[in-house]
Amino acid sequence: MRSAAMTAADTHRAILAVWRIEQPRLITSLARMLRDVPLAEDLTQEALLAALERWPATGVPEKPGAWLMATAKHRALDHLRRGRMLERKHDMLAWDMDEEQQAMPDLESALDDDIGDELLRLIFTACHPRLSREARAALALRMICGLTTEEIARAFLLPEATIAQRIVRAKRTLSESGLAYETPHGEELSERLSSVLEVVYLIFNEGYTAARGEDWLRPQLCNEALRMGRVLTSIAPYEPEAHGLLALMELNDSRTAARRDAAGEPILMLDQKRELWDQLQIRRGMRSLGRAHELGGAGGIYVLQAAIIACHAQARTAGDTDWSRIAGLYAELAAVVRSPIIDLNRAVAVGMAEGPEAGLAIVDRLVHEPALKGYHLLPSVRGDLLHKLGRYEEARAAFEAAAALAGNTRERNLLRRRAAEAADAAMSS
Amino acid sequence: MRYMFIVTSAHAGPPPPALLEAMHKLADREIKAGRMLDNGGLMPLATGAQVRIKGGQLSVVDGPFVEAKEVIGGYAVFELQGKEEALASAREFMQLHKDLFPGWEGTCELRAFAAGGP
Repeated sequence: MRSAAMTAADTHRAILAVWRIEQPRLITSLARMLRDVPLAEDLTQEALLAALERWPATGVPEKPGAWLMATAKHRALDHLRRGRMLERKHDMLAWDMDEEQQAMPDLESALDDDIGDELLRLIFTACHPRLSREARAALALRMICGLTTEEIARAFLLPEATIAQRIVRAKRTLSESGLAYETPHGEELSERLSSVLEVVYLIFNEGYTAARGEDWLRPQLCNEALRMGRVLTSIAPYEPEAHGLLALMELNDSRTAARRDAAGEPILMLDQKRELWDQLQIRRGMRSLGRAHELGGAGGIYVLQAAIIACHAQARTAGDTDWSRIAGLYAELAAVVRSPIIDLNRAVAVGMAEGPEAGLAIVDRLVHEPALKGYHLLPSVRGDLLHKLGRYEEARAAFEAAAALAGNTRERNLLRRRAAEAADAAMSS
Repeated sequence: MRYMFIVTSAHAGPPPPALLEAMHKLADREIKAGRMLDNGGLMPLATGAQVRIKGGQLSVVDGPFVEAKEVIGGYAVFELQGKEEALASAREFMQLHKDLFPGWEGTCELRAFAAGGP
């Protein structure tokens, strides 16, 4: 027999699951009524609280979406009425009530709502460049993915109070800056879109680069980012970079099952078992990349990065990798964004395509790059190229320097192992 | 987590247009929300075939299959947070059948994909 406490926890989870499905439609409908996104968010949260209070006793209703929508809309109508009473705009009231009736949809036909434009506005508001990247990420997870503050806090390994405060402050900033309800147009749109894509990619990487996925919510961040990417490509289908980012995320995420061994140790891409790569996801990624190309976006930064990963995804074995194409794509990428990290990646690709000598020539030009000072992958790449050239003693020194800089224990161990291998090779050569 | 929904029913014949339309809208919403990765309805079993092994013998059997009771009518693949979300999603899908296909009986089975990797 199940305990009462267990059942309550089950109901709680069931309610949150329904919430996640219904929340985008609730918040967009309320935003349209109230013309205020942060306020709409407050009131939809009240509807969630009402459900959490009522449903454990009544059970989840047959049409939970309709129940939540009715509850949320009543809160919104109350809010509008209160505001109008205070302003004593009696003459306006009759007209506005008509408007409200129109804003109140037929609950049976809730599926008919096309929320695309309103959802786009919501995403642009949550990811406003006026807000810090961290605040944008928290707001997006809350307002677009329907995660609770507690879930977001767990995902980012931060105290719940920190996230709650971040969200409250961000919403206040939006309200006070008059940004509560606006949609960018024209040139501003592409600038604003990059702010959105940046946040989605930040959320993805937060999950993807997590040292270990002990808490299921960290890998979950990748899924949330993927969802947002898919949402963006369906409501902004003509933006090549949105497709590019989605392709980049799908293709990277396709390797998840192959990235660690049974003990949790990271496995480098070239050593991974490719049969563990998720082919459904690779196909989706390739489709998005193709769409980005069709839209003329081949030169975008996300599209280029996705094209690089696609070279790996399509190689049946590590030996089949088209390194000269990868090197070319890195060169294109480096022409768009000046970044020594991209140059370093290009050095790896050139080293594979043209031989270690050519790769080393690029790395040696980067040695004095201030941005790479303290970056362990610079000596690590250098060590690898030196090792391949048979310059074992120099390789050992480079790997040791890299190990001293690595922040992650597992990575440090790997680099020490490579230093030892180079030392052995130096002895026997 | 990835889930497959498999809908089975003993009911022969196509769903009414209202249900088809509602399912289409639901699928559209789920695709746009990034949850549904793939879906499809299947042609009647009579037009298919089965390749069987029985008693060490391999045989091909063409439809119709008199012994078949519950028949798979369609499937969908979702990327969802967990079983609760899968249940909420499947309930919504089946509620449409309850509302728009009176007399229909059937099952929506939800199954998590076995995780790859070590």
